[in-house]
Amino acid sequence: MNLPRNRGSFGPHLLIEDEVDWDQVVQINTRIGEVKLLGTQSSFPCARIIWALKLKQVQYEFIEEDLFNKSPLLLKMNPIYKKVPVLIHNDKPVAESLVILEYIDETWKPNPILPEDPYERATARFWAKFVDEKCVLSSWEAMKSEGEEKKKAIDTAQQMFEHLEKQIKGKKYFGGEQIGYLDLAIGWMSLWLNAMEEVGQMKLLVPEKFPSLSEWTHNFIRVPVIHESLPPLENVVSYFQGGLDYLRSLSANKS
Amino acid sequence: MAEVKLFGSSGSPFSRRIEVALKMKGVEYEFIEEDVYNKKSPLLLKYNPVHKKVPVLLHNGKPICESVVILEYIDETWEGPSILPKDPYERAMVRFWVKFLDEKLVRSIGEEQEKAKEEATEFLKILEGTLSGKKFFGGDSIGMVDIVANFIAYWFMIPQELAGIDVLTKEKFPKLNEWMNEYLNCSIIKENLPLKDKLTALFQARFQAFAAAAAASVK
Repeated sequence: MNLPRNRGSFGPHLLIEDEVDWDQVVQINTRIGEVKLLGTQSSFPCARIIWALKLKQVQYEFIEEDLFNKSPLLLKMNPIYKKVPVLIHNDKPVAESLVILEYIDETWKPNPILPEDPYERATARFWAKFVDEKCVLSSWEAMKSEGEEKKKAIDTAQQMFEHLEKQIKGKKYFGGEQIGYLDLAIGWMSLWLNAMEEVGQMKLLVPEKFPSLSEWTHNFIRVPVIHESLPPLENVVSYFQGGLDYLRSLSANKS
Repeated sequence: MAEVKLFGSSGSPFSRRIEVALKMKGVEYEFIEEDVYNKKSPLLLKYNPVHKKVPVLLHNGKPICESVVILEYIDETWEGPSILPKDPYERAMVRFWVKFLDEKLVRSIGEEQEKAKEEATEFLKILEGTLSGKKFFGGDSIGMVDIVANFIAYWFMIPQELAGIDVLTKEKFPKLNEWMNEYLNCSIIKENLPLKDKLTALFQARFQAFAAAAAASVK
């Protein structure tokens, strides 16, 4: 949309039809170009950010990164970790997906994703940390290991899932009646875990063992904002398979 | 019955973080010393069944675990000097550095000697850079990053003097050394919490235990 440059204070002398909702135009104008997201389509930490931005109805520009050939922008914006996602707001970068989620919640206030009560916030933060430090890692371990090690890794991962099963029992979403921060943090269990299970030729989220958690994954992907932004499963499968092959080639080269 | 209880361990930097925060806010609390190496109490296991670790803050009977989560809870619950800044972008930067400290630096300490030294040096250099022109990570007064970075004093400064491990030298890291002095001497730390002497004694005891175990395992 091309808005005339010298709008002044949006007075009636502007060259725009009367039917235009001027408030909406101002809102769109201030949002576009201000927010950029460096990421990849198949990465679940990036998905968390896309979901949050969509829930908040924040317009953003998505810049796809090639992780094997990282852009100078990425390297400049996240020099320490050199990873995606990186949110760039008014040219200032924020890295680390859970940190970005909190930043988004504090910057765009409508539709809060973290609970209001401090104790509930602490609980959500605790579980999000647990998910990233224990669940993701243990699932990844189970995916890449073999034989006896694989059995042990599957066991470990499922022990972690037990804790989440207890947390979701009796609730539709981790956030209650609507999805929130913790649902976004655990969202990878809806599609990305399926992909890991396929690549790793294993089943972690067994419905008989984790009925509530399994049901939650079905509810989660049916939320419109989530549903419309899910990448195709085969892309995520390739993504994980590629990552695994790369890791294996590294260790093969070492020996 | 105290409204606020803290399950912790005087030798644990993680538990110390919470004490600093509670003191900053002027919160009265009951400290319950846990014997984390030998026998954890049934209460600790009840309140932190997932990790079974200290610190655990108990407020009105409800437990909060993970030091970084507890620090944010304290900041949101009690009035007083801010632990986190108000501006969302600055808060994001604080959370980023806190994560960096706990994930990278703490982990590099757990690894074998040479590799640990290299990694730690690299990360400490990054940290040294952020102190440019500032007294504390939080600016003029201590904030969350200072509180979380406390383990640098525990695990680098004191063991360095005891065991001659020379990672955090004044020559290589002038700003970090200065920061450590400022931190340990600032009123909240100095007036309320055990000083270097007690920490040194604690470490000496721990080191002797390690040395004995190491000597035994070499055989």
